[in-house]
Amino acid sequence: MKKNGAQIFVEALKMEGVDTIFCYPGGAVLYITDALYGADIRQVLVRHEQGAVHAADGYARASGKVGVALVTSGPGATNTVTGIASAYMDSVPVVVFSGQVATMLIGNDAFQEADIVGITRPCTKHNYLVKDVKDLARIIKEAFYIARSGRPGPVLVDIPKDVSAAIAEFKYPDKVHIRSYQPTYAGHPGQIKRAVKLILSSKKPILYTGGGIIASEAADELLAFAETLSLPVSNTLMGLGGFPGTHPQFLGMLGMHGTYAANMALMQSDVLIAIGARFDDRATGRTDSFAPHAKVIHVDIDPTSISKNIRVDIPIVGDAKNVLKKMLEVLEEEKTAVREYKHGIAEWLGLLDDWKKKFPLGYTKGRLLKPQYVIERIYELTKGKAIIATEVGQNQMWTAQFYKFMKPRTILTSGGLGTMGYGFPAALGAQAAHPDMLVVNIAGDGSIQMNIQELATAVQYCLPVKVVILNNGCLGMVRQWQQFFYEKRYSCSLLECTPDFVKLAEAYGAVGYEIEDEKEVDKVLKKAFSNGKPTFIDVHVDPEECVYPMVPSGAPLNEMVLV
Amino acid sequence: MRHIISVLVENEFGVLARVSGLFSGRGFNIESLCVAETLDPTVSAMTIVTKGSEAILEQILKQLNKLINVIKVIDFQEVEHVSREMVLVKIHATERNREEVLRMTEIFRGRVIDVSARTYTVEITGTEEKIKAFLTLVKPLGIKELVRTGPVAMIRGEKMIQVKEKEPIGGNDG
Repeated sequence: MKKNGAQIFVEALKMEGVDTIFCYPGGAVLYITDALYGADIRQVLVRHEQGAVHAADGYARASGKVGVALVTSGPGATNTVTGIASAYMDSVPVVVFSGQVATMLIGNDAFQEADIVGITRPCTKHNYLVKDVKDLARIIKEAFYIARSGRPGPVLVDIPKDVSAAIAEFKYPDKVHIRSYQPTYAGHPGQIKRAVKLILSSKKPILYTGGGIIASEAADELLAFAETLSLPVSNTLMGLGGFPGTHPQFLGMLGMHGTYAANMALMQSDVLIAIGARFDDRATGRTDSFAPHAKVIHVDIDPTSISKNIRVDIPIVGDAKNVLKKMLEVLEEEKTAVREYKHGIAEWLGLLDDWKKKFPLGYTKGRLLKPQYVIERIYELTKGKAIIATEVGQNQMWTAQFYKFMKPRTILTSGGLGTMGYGFPAALGAQAAHPDMLVVNIAGDGSIQMNIQELATAVQYCLPVKVVILNNGCLGMVRQWQQFFYEKRYSCSLLECTPDFVKLAEAYGAVGYEIEDEKEVDKVLKKAFSNGKPTFIDVHVDPEECVYPMVPSGAPLNEMVLV
Repeated sequence: MRHIISVLVENEFGVLARVSGLFSGRGFNIESLCVAETLDPTVSAMTIVTKGSEAILEQILKQLNKLINVIKVIDFQEVEHVSREMVLVKIHATERNREEVLRMTEIFRGRVIDVSARTYTVEITGTEEKIKAFLTLVKPLGIKELVRTGPVAMIRGEKMIQVKEKEPIGGNDG
């Protein structure tokens, strides 16, 4: 069947099972938006292209499917860069389609021309410029495949205007064949056996798991593995939800703002089992003194993550789910050894329990409302059954600490790139994927203003996201660092003019509430969670509150500032 | 440690930018880079000379392999190989030293490929050591200009670098 490029685009998306795209139109994608007119794909018109990519990212994280964004050339395309880079750092499968000026004009500094393939080369898993309409269907097929396979990531497809207008025979390929791309899923059996043997010989083992557990849908296997071996589990920020937050073996998050128990356990462990985590500097602290006594087992689907920051004793390249299954099989045959091993680690587990009891996460209540209390209440009122998005900074760390994530795909947060303004559009994307779930964005008064324009999107498409703004009148994390390390010189970090968020929400046609006192928290949250509308909740919190514990940047993990 | 790496890539536009961008973006060093089509016109071979510790080299090889358009990466450090580089040298050649330039060129099995009233342009092919030695010897005669290709390399003997499906790499065997 002959079709033009734009129609091929729409058909290809349908073949990929795409039900929603986040888009912003423009001259170079007019043929494409025209072909989408009346098509059976929901189009969510965002208010800024950065929002489109974050929304596609949130959609992908919450649903496990590939998120899709469509933007025009030039500024439309360059506005996606932060969104793409955020998805890249957190391994989120997103395909971004950008319009491009006509092939004849490429390189001529044409109106709304930008070399977006060149610009996004280092922050995409792969990208394409479609030069011939005959390649379009194959490229779209490859783009989706590359985005979701192996270590997932964003792919950009740049489509010149004349390509979207040109006619070609449409046949969607059944299979993808890329000779130079073959991700490794099965871990090496010998290495897996060696790893299990090492764990069984340990006295102080610990599991350190990351976003790879979520990406490979390995939470059940992780739970079984951890329970079989009574392993203490600590998560990275990206790994939250991969292991139940209320589980007795859970130590909490590790790293710069990790729990005392998690960080001390890592530093004293003799065998560290890292699965789907990449030893990011926020997780490890100073690398040359990280887990000094531990033999390290590292399971990751991306070979470049292994031995990048930390030397690894037993590397296993493979998919977390596959490898965990295989490890469980090996353990089946080692029942006696497991019994002996469990006997040997009893003392260690006792020590960890002591630490957990002696140094739990906490905060001191005062005259002013504490942000941590608000997050605790959000958890109690939702019991971990909501999808929680965060912005970046204190709001993000408090959420990671005080909300107990129970299931994968319930936290949306920009972990690697640390993008302020991520949470709100990501929450909208998640709500689009799960219309019946409660989606809450925990924000700061700084972050929310970075993509606040998406409130119009929320209202237009009835995406009833609840935005809890922990309003402290400053860029809290920056202020905290200035307080600790720059003698309280609060330079460029005080937001002395902040809008009235209640009025602002109302101006957009959304609902706005305000909380000033602890007594109002439950009442207002309950009202917000059940009103069925996009809602801003402006919570006035203690502006002086800091995130504790804290490991200063570049210090080893056991040098924590507790309170 | 200095390594010669061969990178087989899809012969498509933009691939060179992906590879060079990887080096610059991650702070890896490129001493020389040589690219051309191979026997199979869909494949290009890049020969890259780079420097770095063992850990950095491991990252370079893994990161190169991670690029979607990269078919194969070979570190020649790990195999018996031959390598050659070509250099064109424009040497000051007056009546007084012309004989000496010619003699040196002959000793090093080079060729004079261009002559002017005051210069000889000489082509020398060989290992880097040979080229270094030649340049040291003609330097006192007066080198006016110099262009080097950077080395290209090949596995010694009957073995060849095969273009196959990319195989799972990195740490699988410990």
